[in-house]
Amino acid sequence: MSIGASIKRREDPALVTGKGKYTDDLVRPGMAFAAIVRSPYAHAKIASIDTSAAEAVDGVIAVYTGADLVKGDAGGVVPTCWLLPDIKTPDHPILAKDVVRHVGDGVAVVVAEDRYVAYDAAELVEVDYDALDAVTDVVAALEDGAPLVHADVPGNVSFDWDLGDKEKTDAAFEGAAHTVSVDLRNSRLIPHAVEPRGALAEFDDAKGDLTVWVTSQNPHVHRLLMTLASIGLPEHKIRVVAPEVGGGFGSKIHHYPDEAIVAWCAMNTGRPVKWVATRSETNLTDAHGRDHASHAELAFDKDGKVLALRVETKAAMGAYLSTFAPAVPTYLYGTLLSGQYDFPAIHVRTLGVFTHTTPVDAYRGAGRPEATFLIERIMDMGAAELGVDPTDFRRRNFIAADAFPYATQVALEYDSGNYGPALDRALEMVGYDGLRKEQAERREAGDRKILGIGVSTFIEACGLAPSQVVGALGAQAGLWESAKVRVHPTGTITVYSGSSGHGQGHETTFAQIVADRLGVDVDQVEVVQGDTREVQFGMGTYGSRSAAVGGSAISEAVDKVIAKGKKIAAHLLEASADDLEFKDGAFHVKGVPAKSQAWGDVVLQSYLAHNYPDDLEPGLEETAFYNPANFTYPFGAHIAVVEVDQDTGHVELRQYACCDDVGNVINPMIVEGQVHGGLAQGIGQALWEEAVYDEYGQLLTGTLMDYALPRAHMLPSFDTDRTVTPCPHNPLGVKGVGEAGTIASPAAVANAVIDALSTFGVRHMDMPMTPEKVWRTIHSSSNASNGEG
Amino acid sequence: MFPGNFDYVRADSLTDALSLLAQEDAKVLAGGHSLVPLLKQRLAQPSTLVDISKIDELRGISVNGGTVRVGALTTHHEVASSEALQEAAPILAEAAGKIGDPQVRNRGTVGGNIAHADPASDLPAVLVALGATIHIQGPNGARETPAAGFFQGLMDTGLEENEILVAVTFDALSSGDGSAYVKFEHPASGYAICGAAAVLRGDTPSLAFNGVAVVPHAVSTGDLGSDLSDEGLTAALSGLAIEDPLSDIHASAEYRNHLAKVFGARALGLARDRRG
Repeated sequence: MSIGASIKRREDPALVTGKGKYTDDLVRPGMAFAAIVRSPYAHAKIASIDTSAAEAVDGVIAVYTGADLVKGDAGGVVPTCWLLPDIKTPDHPILAKDVVRHVGDGVAVVVAEDRYVAYDAAELVEVDYDALDAVTDVVAALEDGAPLVHADVPGNVSFDWDLGDKEKTDAAFEGAAHTVSVDLRNSRLIPHAVEPRGALAEFDDAKGDLTVWVTSQNPHVHRLLMTLASIGLPEHKIRVVAPEVGGGFGSKIHHYPDEAIVAWCAMNTGRPVKWVATRSETNLTDAHGRDHASHAELAFDKDGKVLALRVETKAAMGAYLSTFAPAVPTYLYGTLLSGQYDFPAIHVRTLGVFTHTTPVDAYRGAGRPEATFLIERIMDMGAAELGVDPTDFRRRNFIAADAFPYATQVALEYDSGNYGPALDRALEMVGYDGLRKEQAERREAGDRKILGIGVSTFIEACGLAPSQVVGALGAQAGLWESAKVRVHPTGTITVYSGSSGHGQGHETTFAQIVADRLGVDVDQVEVVQGDTREVQFGMGTYGSRSAAVGGSAISEAVDKVIAKGKKIAAHLLEASADDLEFKDGAFHVKGVPAKSQAWGDVVLQSYLAHNYPDDLEPGLEETAFYNPANFTYPFGAHIAVVEVDQDTGHVELRQYACCDDVGNVINPMIVEGQVHGGLAQGIGQALWEEAVYDEYGQLLTGTLMDYALPRAHMLPSFDTDRTVTPCPHNPLGVKGVGEAGTIASPAAVANAVIDALSTFGVRHMDMPMTPEKVWRTIHSSSNASNGEG
Repeated sequence: MFPGNFDYVRADSLTDALSLLAQEDAKVLAGGHSLVPLLKQRLAQPSTLVDISKIDELRGISVNGGTVRVGALTTHHEVASSEALQEAAPILAEAAGKIGDPQVRNRGTVGGNIAHADPASDLPAVLVALGATIHIQGPNGARETPAAGFFQGLMDTGLEENEILVAVTFDALSSGDGSAYVKFEHPASGYAICGAAAVLRGDTPSLAFNGVAVVPHAVSTGDLGSDLSDEGLTAALSGLAIEDPLSDIHASAEYRNHLAKVFGARALGLARDRRG
């Protein structure tokens, strides 16, 4: 059987031998290149723009500003697609016209015969700015008198949203035996897909057809937003293609100004126009992630049973509302605040706040890592307050295995779960009891290196998403997925998936699903995705949805193929279709195994239609649009072990073990790879990564010399395992694994560092836990020993 | 990368290179690992690059009569893997082996590293601790200068625009001597936040730091005292106060000064333990 086999990724030979065709590899006849002139100021009025010197450069085709790029009334803005009650959604023009609102905001574009000329000329575009005060910190942006990002948005508040029962929550805090509280930050991150964003646009003015090749996780969504907002051509006159895409982590979901700019340049000049971001440009313009400031409080009784959780979060939106930005700190965050726990009362309020920074939107995990970090931090603080082991405190509050389906206080219904066994397994893998013993002994001995152990038991809601539910919550789209299964006359198969992979291995796993269900070899199945001309409308790849939603759509389309095949086979066998079953690549009469029709014969007959049911169309091709009944709920237990050098503050991650439950698994190797990559990203946030702005709005970590991504040599060998609790509501029983590692690991590592520092009375510190911050935390604590080593 | 326009010429000899360098806004290109990142960001926009990488007379490591000579074009990899240096100056090999990654070490050169004078580079403090001499060739002939005086400010050295750094020399270490380079590196760049270079010639210590100030910070031998025990070293460095320490988002001045105390003691302790 193909499902469950660690088949090597079929897409890799091309990718690892340099034969993959990414956007920057594409060449069109007569192609020109664009360079975008970007604001060096975080906040300024554009007094004037003089393009004459740039236009005079030999090889420059055109220079456009916000005033003259867009022709006519249609288009010119990129929209937000998730609307909350009373949300303020100021326009986001594709080139700034009067005011720039973050460093990197586009103000002009140069189209030239080659890239060098484009960049040379871009330096000659003279923009006269009147600099204005900027605010980059989410808390400062809410203070009285803070500079306004948008003149028509008072107080910089885009939305003020809440969820849960405030009265019940407040009441539970009254008279609670214990309460703990914390002010915490969830640091701002830069996604860093290995392939920078880019776009190539070509306009056929005879036909009026626009083609845009773009680094996209969801080409149909890009096309729809171009039609509705940024370009204005009819949907059927735009073709969007996502060629090979080198990672996204959410950053390639969004519709950015840049791809609309190149489309307008192509329409205006009549030339195919390509733009690819430099690495520094991606850092300034890819939607960033996280950037929360939260106040959280937990109330619990004398036995450590939690009574209520109360949270107020200030979430930075950056300078404009990116495509799905409002959903991230609300419905992908507040709804997750019950974690794995039976919390009887929860209330969360989130303020969406404009700052003079790069827009913030979904980044791997999107809201769920922020929720997990907050819950798992405050659960550790609760355990410390009560004086019990953090695993003990968690177990006292786990939702019982027999309590599913479980309705949380924050709008979700967990369909399944069994949290104890995953924690048991992770503790066993890491050797928890031995570590606690070692920790006690080394503390006793006064070791200058301190051992810390951190636990994170997490849940995520993924498999986005039941369309009715998200519609009720403000999504301007359904979150179903589509698949078409085309069986060719010789029995080989092409699958057209509305998912749009960019490194996840869809070409392998989707083929495994089809091969498994139809009893054919994986090599008989081809997977097509990422092209609006080839593929029916699809919602794309993000939110750990491609296996659970896209894979289920494929499974349902295969069901339809089998159902039609049964009718053909029944005709050939002179039997009733109801009496047939499809097994091992053939249609059998139940109970009469000898009476059967081979798959290939049935397929061939569907195209010959010589000996065929009168009431059946020829051909064998079926489409399914699958709308999930619920989110899926992967969970797991992650444990990090660190050594902290108290003389320098340096943290070494010594060991990492985790036991995840992502339901059934299609390709264990790919699942393991997703866990490893996710862990690296989450550990990166905990220890090294942070986008830092100065007071003027300059990004101080704008290059990879300053922004510390994790590298292989900085990480231990991960110890991973799984329990399997299948998803009860989709045909494959899969839940999704793309984000699990990123959601769980920041809290595990942070808890480990704080566990080490607990010997100095430390209860909390913020990420990233860089050496100086750790050293300062130790030396500002009340019971630090001499740190001079 | 999309740098501004420049001309490129390859020099066949040192004489040839010096005459090409006389052009306005010309810059020397060797391994390119300091200059090219600046070109890429258009922070440097020279009119001409004079490629000296094929001038063999500038390459190689020799030990003659107790003097070690390392040519400017010698790559970090050649230094790190040199058997002769394992005997004569293991600290230089150790520091070169901690520069960047294998690709950087295969291209980057000793001369380029020193002439670029990034305060967080790994070689400057090592040369100061070794008491090295920098050899320079200019249009008017050769001159030499002690490493300690060569580094004058942030990416600023005693090298004139029309001069080329040709080699470094220093007295070889002998048995009974010890040395160590201990580095606390930034996780993104791999550059030193604090790199401590310790050399013990017999019982005489010398210690200098990379990364803590705009130029290598040397601690005078007198201040280091004569007690080479861990406790003695820690005590000797406890009053260390670096003048104008660097301070940035990665490490404040106070923290860098603290790290210098910790890593200075660790480097000297390691050098002590490594003595033959």
